[in-house]
Amino acid sequence: MSEPRIDYLLRLGDNALVLAQRLGEWIGHGPVLEEDIALANVGLDLLGQGRMWLSYAGELEGALSGHARTEDELAFLRDGGAFRNVQLVELPNGDFAVTMARQFYFDQAHLLLLRALAASVDPRVAEIAAKAAKEVAYHAERSADWVIRLGDGTAQSHARMQSAIDRLWPYTGELFAGDAVDAAIAAAGIGPDPATLRPAWLAAVDSVCAQATLARPTGEWMQGVQGRGGKQGVHTEHLGHLLAQMQFLQRAYPGAQW
Amino acid sequence: MTSANAGEWPLWEIFIRSQHGLAHKHVGSLHASDAAMAVKNARDVYTRRNEGVSIWVVRSADIVASNPDARDELFDPASSKVYRHPTFFPMPEDVKHI
Repeated sequence: MSEPRIDYLLRLGDNALVLAQRLGEWIGHGPVLEEDIALANVGLDLLGQGRMWLSYAGELEGALSGHARTEDELAFLRDGGAFRNVQLVELPNGDFAVTMARQFYFDQAHLLLLRALAASVDPRVAEIAAKAAKEVAYHAERSADWVIRLGDGTAQSHARMQSAIDRLWPYTGELFAGDAVDAAIAAAGIGPDPATLRPAWLAAVDSVCAQATLARPTGEWMQGVQGRGGKQGVHTEHLGHLLAQMQFLQRAYPGAQW
Repeated sequence: MTSANAGEWPLWEIFIRSQHGLAHKHVGSLHASDAAMAVKNARDVYTRRNEGVSIWVVRSADIVASNPDARDELFDPASSKVYRHPTFFPMPEDVKHI
């Protein structure tokens, strides 16, 4: 039971870490100062959550194999194929609409997942999830707010928001497609079967799209669901570029601290 | 709005009540397209370090201010009226927040 748990914790941690890195790319480039700070806040919340999940994963790994890795080793010294995040979070920021569409899809699923994880039989998972859920409730409110503002805004903002939710839609399937790891986690009572979260997610997405005067995408085909996706270590070409930037310092100057 | 500001978000004045504070205090200003966004932005800009438990936002344009040129007649007359200060009264020990 412990091995799927490590994989599962890496998935949770990597989702948070990789999305935090993407949001960090906006710093100094936000459309307005206030939004620049807000995006950084969300990114830092996620970074904090990523640290908690990865620390726990590293400790469990140590208990099992005798070689524990720290959160930093997991974040900075793993290659792309060892990352377990869904592909959605590694996709480039695009324009502001794409960033907000990505955030909206992810936040809605993230919030449902964390609320379910707060009832985990693993007390540490439950505690991390309960703390993170408060932060993510605000993230979800913000990103939904922006989808509505831009969707129900000008002709240009509507067109760009619609194009963004259409473009990212095929990456949402992975959030709810379970595999053997998810099955083992659900059977052990550690976390939910991701498929059970989809109806509530879809209802939330429908409601926001309706308020935003956007047509909710309906495509059936999803990335990373048939065969292997990000959760199994198969990523888009974008992750490597992200890691090159994120990991450069520790790779070039191993053990550097400040 | 002057033409230089046309198309920009309006300015809002932000007031935060701190954990132990009794009143909202002015902390600064920011831009937002409407009141709901101003509250959210204020949360992100001014309460990141646990500064507050409540936020008020007021559109800067809605604040009516005294005229700086009228400073002499408005404020100078009070400076010579020391008897208006309550320092001549002994303060009961049980009275708080004064």
